[in-house]
Formats: sequence, C-alpha cells, structure tokens
Amino acid sequence: MYYLVRNDPFPILSPQHGILSIEQIISRVGVIGVTVMALLSGFGAVNCPYTYSSYFLRHVTDADIHALERKLLQTNEMIISKKKRLAIAKRAAESQRGEEVTNGGGIWARFRPSTPLATTENVSQLQEDIRIHEELSRQLFLESVDLHATKDRIEYSKTFKGRYFNILGYFFSLYCMWKIFMCTINIVFNRVGKKDPVTKGFEILVHYMGFDVDVGFWSQHVSFILIGVMIVTSIRGLLITLTKFFYAISSSKSSNIIVMGLAQIMGMYFVSSVLLMRMNMPESYRKIITQILGDLQFQFYHRWFDVIFLVSALSSIGFLYLAHKQAPEKHTTKDLKLSSAFRE
Amino acid sequence: MPVIEKNLKVKVLVLGDSGVGKSSFTQLLCHNQSSKTPGYTIGCTVEIKLHDFKQGTAEEKTYCVEIWDIGASKSHNTSRYIFYNNVNGIILAHDLTNLKSLQNLSKWLNDALSQDTTGGLSSIKVGSSASRNSGDDNSPLSIPVLMVGTKLDQFNAENRQFIISRSKSYADEIGCKEIHLSTIESKYIAAGSGNAVELSRFFDQVVDHAIIRQATVSSVVQSPVVDRRGSFGERRRQNVTPVSRLFGMKRD
Repeated sequence: MYYLVRNDPFPILSPQHGILSIEQIISRVGVIGVTVMALLSGFGAVNCPYTYSSYFLRHVTDADIHALERKLLQTNEMIISKKKRLAIAKRAAESQRGEEVTNGGGIWARFRPSTPLATTENVSQLQEDIRIHEELSRQLFLESVDLHATKDRIEYSKTFKGRYFNILGYFFSLYCMWKIFMCTINIVFNRVGKKDPVTKGFEILVHYMGFDVDVGFWSQHVSFILIGVMIVTSIRGLLITLTKFFYAISSSKSSNIIVMGLAQIMGMYFVSSVLLMRMNMPESYRKIITQILGDLQFQFYHRWFDVIFLVSALSSIGFLYLAHKQAPEKHTTKDLKLSSAFRE
Repeated sequence: MPVIEKNLKVKVLVLGDSGVGKSSFTQLLCHNQSSKTPGYTIGCTVEIKLHDFKQGTAEEKTYCVEIWDIGASKSHNTSRYIFYNNVNGIILAHDLTNLKSLQNLSKWLNDALSQDTTGGLSSIKVGSSASRNSGDDNSPLSIPVLMVGTKLDQFNAENRQFIISRSKSYADEIGCKEIHLSTIESKYIAAGSGNAVELSRFFDQVVDHAIIRQATVSSVVQSPVVDRRGSFGERRRQNVTPVSRLFGMKRD
C-alpha cells in the first residue's frame, strides 16, 4: 500500500485551482468518504453472506442450552455458599471485637493493635475464590445468551422469510466474490472499467440470448433504478451502523461532539457515493457528473476504493474466520476451567 | 448473638432498568458502603445479607438472605429466565429522575412472575402483617414486593414531594410499599430511619414466605394424603425433614 500511495499521490493540491475552490474541497472530502465507504462495503460484503446464509450456523440443541444453564446455576450456588461463609465470619469477627470493647480489654487492648480473627475461615482465600467464580459465572451467562441467539436464528431460518433471506444470501455471496475478484484484477492490471455493468449486462443478454430489447432505452432506466436502490440502502446501512457505534461510545459529555462528527462523515459518504456512482452510469450521464464535480481525477478514486475495499474484505474474512473457529473451541476450554474450579 | 440459620434458602431478586442503581443498592444493603466504580452488571451478582428475623423478640434468628442483582441489558432478555426460579421476594428499583424506568417496572414484575417455573405463585398481593401472624391459609401464597426509588440526591427539597407522589400511584397499583433513597450515602438506610424500618419489615415478610413455602413443600412430600395445610405457623416441621437436601442445596 505504501508504494501505491507514493506512486499515485493524492489529488488534493493542484497548481491549477486555488485551495478553497470546489474541486479541492470535493477532492479532500472525497478521499475520506471513499475510505469510509470502501471499509464499510468491504466488511459488509463479507459479513452479509456470513449472516444470511445458514451454512455457517452452528448447531445448537436444547440439551446444550440446558447443560450450560445447569453449570451456571451450580456456579452461582457455589458463590452463594462461599459468600455466606464470608458474611458469617465477618459478623463473628465484628461481634467478637464488640465484646472485647464492652468487656474492657483494659490496658492490653491498647498495646495489641488488632486481635486476630478467631475463625477458621481464610478470608482472603475465600474472596479470591469468589472473584474467580463470579468471572466464570459471567462468562457462562454470555455464552448462554449466544446459544439462545443462535437457536433463534436456526428457527428463523426454517421459516419462509428465513429461507428467502438464505437464498438472497447465496446470491449476495456470489456477487461479493465477483466484486472482490474484479477489484483484484483492477489493481493488478491497473485498469479502470469503461462500460458500466448494466449496459454490459444488457449487451450480453442481447448477444448471447437474443433478446430483442432497446439497449439504450432500457439500460438507462434500469441503471437509474439500481443506483437509486443502492444509494438508499447504503445510506440506510450507514446510518444503522453509525447508530450502533454511537450507542457504544457515547456518554453524557461527549455525545454532542460525536453526533457532529458522525454528521460530517455522513455528508462525506454521500458525496463520495455520488462520485463512485459515476462508474455505474451510462456514458452520457457521466459527463454530467464530471461537469458538476469538476475536474477530478476519477481514476484515482476508483483505484483507491478498490484497494481499501480489498484490504477491508480480506481482513474481515480473517476476523470472521478466527471468530468462527474460536466458537466451538470455547466449550472445551470452559470445561477445563470449571472442572479445575470444582476440584478445589 | 442470635443463632444463624444457614439451611433455609431465601432468595430476593432486584429488578429494574439498566443503570437505575441496582448494584449500588445491593452493595449498600449488604455491606453498608456504596461502590465507587459501578459498571454494567452482566448476568447476575449475588450478595448475602444477614437479616435479623423478628428482631427484639424471643424468637430472633438470623437468616442469610440471598440478594440476586439481575443485569438488565436488553440483549440478555432471552437468558434471564434461569434466575427467576424459587423466588421469595422482589425488589423493584427505578430511577427517580427517569419516568420511563418507573413505567417499565410492571413489565419487569410480569416477566419475573410469569417465568417463575416453581409454579402457582403468581399472585402479587403483598403479605400483610395480619397474615404473617395468624397463618391465613385461605389467601394465596404471595411474593412480597418492595419498590425502591434511587437517585434521590438529584432533587432539592421542593421537587421531592412531587417526585415521591408520582411513584406512589404505581406502588398502589401493584400494592406494595416503597422507599426512596440515594445509594451514595449510607445515611438513608441508617438504623432507625423510616427506610430501614420498611426494609426490615420487607425482609421479615420474605423470610416468612420462604419458611411457609418450605413447610408446604415438606408437608406435601411427607404426607400426600393428609391435608395439613391448616398449620402454616408451626416451625417444627422444617427440622423434621431435611428437604433442603432434596433440592441439591449444599450444606456448608
């Protein structure tokens, strides 16, 4: 990536235009917006088929859930019994100290700073045990939440709506793999496509399948509809993601700043989506956008998008693979911990 | 020092929306100090309170009351039901600065009562002092409920009256007592204050409920033919049958 950046400098400053002209501003905004867009779409391209298709669902049975819940309740019982002992020991110590005060320890009380606890309990050991058990109980609870969610997803996938989404998921995964493939080719061969995919699709239809359609007329309308749908869904997706992000990091003091930052990001996202849509439009309309947005180096943006998209998609594949791998292993490690806790 | 009864399992749930102060309140109840760094509770935290049952009378005994502080994150809704078994008392916590938390209390209460699989104890009529003494066997076995309003320190003296009256209507609807406090200072439940008296009364009812329920279960186990439900007040029975072992409860 370093070589890419060095060879293809950012088109931010150019000697022809001033700093504050529209082209400069849009080019700067475009860089950030394109980065965000590529990151999100890279992650979305991988995450979407993973979520929708039921191929990846782990099988969870009721017996699993019951076993886990029993473990959780047993751990809670152990915590309770240990805390009871601790509370009783504490009260015994307090009453003992109280007795000594009322009986008048006399002169000796002043010389002895504190009497040792006359209990058989090892308080610090108990507290350490309790801490470990509480941590275990939290982990078990979170796992139980996970299992319930997976079970719900399995049941959902058996309904009609679920099956419909499942099929969509397969189509989507095909589309995403094709897109990743195209990005790789674009980068390797250093080319930017000339024709938009809708027109190309129509031409294929006409040539190989002999459909008699007026390519020019239909491609224009279909591409507009597609572009509209894509922009709407992508902005909606962005807003949902940002809302979740906002809930996660907001606090009463910083929420104003975060909202403004997110609004900025959204504006940039929109501008850059217009910029990138240029590739999807028929030839004649591209000129309009070029006129509006000024003299930008569109090729750079497309390449930048491809690069970031590829990086983001590959890293999210890596993350999801690790997460998926870890999930079945969780059960075996938890068993080891639990059995060692019971051995004490 | 009064005898400490370790074998009876007494369970109290603390329910309420996320962030109202359940964990702080539990700390205050059990350890008489507020926690400095509270975080969101995941799953459930259990604390033990040693409660002097029938304090000041000849029958005084100390019971270990388990206080289960249930975490309230929305995403954990489906897994919370495992904590709702075998409940002897419910504390509903709401934030006095947040009306929504008050309105959600009825939802919490219904969730807890409907998901309690020990069955048959769905009435929420609070046990009055009359039923405690006479062993009123015709009234359904009802779980004691207490409402606690937190963050009282956020209001100055004039607003307090209005806020308190707002929550009173909910309390009357459910039919339970309520207290208001702030979990930052322990003076609100200092011995002798009105809040402390209410809490002590509530815990007495809870222990009563636990004793009665155990007596019911043991009588059913012992003699399924003879109907002995007329003698709830007798405590002898709980020493005869160690029913606690049947439920897998550990003896320390």
